[in-house]
Amino acid sequence: MTFKKPVFNAQILNHPPVEQTGVEERTVRFTKRSIKGPSKMQGLLMVLSMIDLTTLEGKDTPGKVNQLCTKAVHLHDQVPGLPTVAAICVYPSMVSIAKKALKGSSIKVASVATAFPSGQTSLRIKLADTRLAVEDGADEVDMVISRGKFLAGEYAYVFDEIASVKEVCGTARLKVILETGELGTLDQVRKASSIAIAAGADFIKTSTGKIQPAATLPVTLVMLETIRDHYHKTGKKVGMKPAGGISKSKLALHYLVMVKETLGDVWLDKHWFRFGASSLANDVLMQVAKETMGNYQSPAYFSID
Amino acid sequence: MATKKKWEYSPAPESKQPAAIASRYELFINGKWVKPTSSNYFSSINPATEEKLSEIATASEADVNKAVQASRQAYEKYWKKMAPAERAKYIFRIARIMQERARELAVTETLDGGKPIRESRDFDIPTAANHFFYYAGWADKLDFAFPNKKANSLGVAGQITPWNFPLLLAAWKIAPALATGNTVVLKPAETTSLTTLKLAAIIQEADLPPGVVNVITGAGQTGAWLTQHKDIDKIAFTGSTEVGRIIQRTLAGSHKKLTLELGGKGANIIFEDAPIDQAVEGVINGIFFNQGHVCCAGSRLYVQESIAKKFVQKLKDRISTLLVGDPMDKNTDVGAINSAQQLKTIQAYIKIGKAEGADFFESDCTLPQKGFFCRPSLFTNVAQSNRIAQEEIFGPVLCILTFRTDDEVIEKANNSPYGLSAGIWTDKGSRIFNISKQIRAGVIWANTYNLFDPTSPFGGYKESGFGREGGLQGLQPYVQFVKP
Repeated sequence: MTFKKPVFNAQILNHPPVEQTGVEERTVRFTKRSIKGPSKMQGLLMVLSMIDLTTLEGKDTPGKVNQLCTKAVHLHDQVPGLPTVAAICVYPSMVSIAKKALKGSSIKVASVATAFPSGQTSLRIKLADTRLAVEDGADEVDMVISRGKFLAGEYAYVFDEIASVKEVCGTARLKVILETGELGTLDQVRKASSIAIAAGADFIKTSTGKIQPAATLPVTLVMLETIRDHYHKTGKKVGMKPAGGISKSKLALHYLVMVKETLGDVWLDKHWFRFGASSLANDVLMQVAKETMGNYQSPAYFSID
Repeated sequence: MATKKKWEYSPAPESKQPAAIASRYELFINGKWVKPTSSNYFSSINPATEEKLSEIATASEADVNKAVQASRQAYEKYWKKMAPAERAKYIFRIARIMQERARELAVTETLDGGKPIRESRDFDIPTAANHFFYYAGWADKLDFAFPNKKANSLGVAGQITPWNFPLLLAAWKIAPALATGNTVVLKPAETTSLTTLKLAAIIQEADLPPGVVNVITGAGQTGAWLTQHKDIDKIAFTGSTEVGRIIQRTLAGSHKKLTLELGGKGANIIFEDAPIDQAVEGVINGIFFNQGHVCCAGSRLYVQESIAKKFVQKLKDRISTLLVGDPMDKNTDVGAINSAQQLKTIQAYIKIGKAEGADFFESDCTLPQKGFFCRPSLFTNVAQSNRIAQEEIFGPVLCILTFRTDDEVIEKANNSPYGLSAGIWTDKGSRIFNISKQIRAGVIWANTYNLFDPTSPFGGYKESGFGREGGLQGLQPYVQFVKP
């Protein structure tokens, strides 16, 4: 699939306003659906299969990344039949290591890029950063938008930057991180989502995980609604990735309910929905173990990588 | 991928056990449960299963007389003389016991009326208790409620409640009456008497002086005897406009004060600059809350033409995700229609709408085999001159009309014999004030719908009735002003 770099059209800024209280009221309803027994098990396995297992630290080493990759493949071998996570998410310098460690598995390697997490550098360096990740074999690129430019109203700049990065990505799927914790209002989240989608994002993603608040149900709902509107208008699907702050199974299941009721069952697939998380997997595994064995196991039985 | 099976929620039916419904209920007169002189009982059924829940006493004219007499005695002997702060303690106690027995009340309300357990649990019961808490606070502060005036109680209040929010509306009526020093004879709607009878038991448990609150059950005739009774000082009625007219005729020329809270055909107005996705939720909540059995339901939707197509599509998508079925399941969004008779009325209106040439759309959900159910639906291409746009359907049926300008929608929204509620959805604050000033409706919501609070008054214009319930204004119908 070749990517034709789109041109900024101010029309995309004409989105409906967002009423925060209404969004919050709606998200409360998603937390009240009943998910237990087989439904819970199916949901938990789905969550596992959608995780982008993440390590994004200054102290990351090949040793750490290798161990994380092993975890990605062998989530908890004591319970047979578990899926693997969807992807490993690392810094560009770790892509080749992760790629090697995951050889032969279907797990994708995602790399953050564009001067993650702040994005405070020139476009030239952002493109070089992206190119490095892609050349080393990244299947997916998680870029950050220039929040400074966005908040200064330079929407065309933000748009062009995303489009340029997408161009460099080639066949790698592009996730665009809005860093909603820095955008201030849900209206801004909606606007940033529209810009990212129009500029060619394959996924839109809430946060870097470095800024609080990270992913929340209301923010994610506004982004899902933007995706829905785009789909109804163009017939094209865009993926969604909430990241940061989702560390409990129950909350993860609430996210799935929200996706189901907003975008439909088609989006309940790792191709269209991901969780960016580092500690979620073990909490889900503990729940899965409980569902299969009947009682809760000590955290000591679950590997930390 | 572990599995590609469609992900469904688990059934989560609430247990019937906590309802603890007795096989028979008597009349609650003078603090005691007494058999009806008629020895007649009628059945109360669960509209979701058509199973009989209990049988309930039919109050005869003699029973009504007895209840009013008990109420008069209690007024003269205890309630009128009691220090207001003492009255407040009793009302407060009722609220506390309601909270303690919230689960029992919620389950009973759902079994008896068909509304989803999620609503009775999260809305009806807590809001009902809040009304008692709120008015308990006013009991000893009437001098502050009406500065420079002296507010006296009226005497005996006859109250008649409808079947859509049985316990909540009983609370709306009893709480302000007691706070202002009146005693009460209340008749609930015959299809949904159970929670009101449980409230009577709570009042008994709270140890109110005998006769301060009396509950008499039965159909319309019982209500008629109550409104005609000579020793009643005030009638508060919530129900249909048709019955409201009869009551007003009955009371004409008498000393009795009257408040009526009747039907409605709420205009919910969506401007092109509205927060669309939240407005969709608001419209859904406005018409499908309690199966549309809401007098202030946003049943007339006005959408600005420039966004109508997109908006209607979003509504249709959303309707298709509503879970319709067993009201006892906590997943259920839309429960059972209250009675076979009401279901028939709704179906008749759907037929009328189709015959009038409007386009009909309904959810494709499967309905339970037994019980009274109706799919959430909407009509598009509706005109102001269609009956479905003028008359109250009182069911999960939305009528969608379009408009072009502010003036046009104000005129159309007001073009109704009703005037209970309206909704305005726009991002523009000045427009909210401008439009709401010109719409004749008792309650106008902006960028939300069907939001209630004990501190906020509720009531109608025109054929939606008069008098206010709730808030400071809700005290006024229960007092007379005398020279200080």
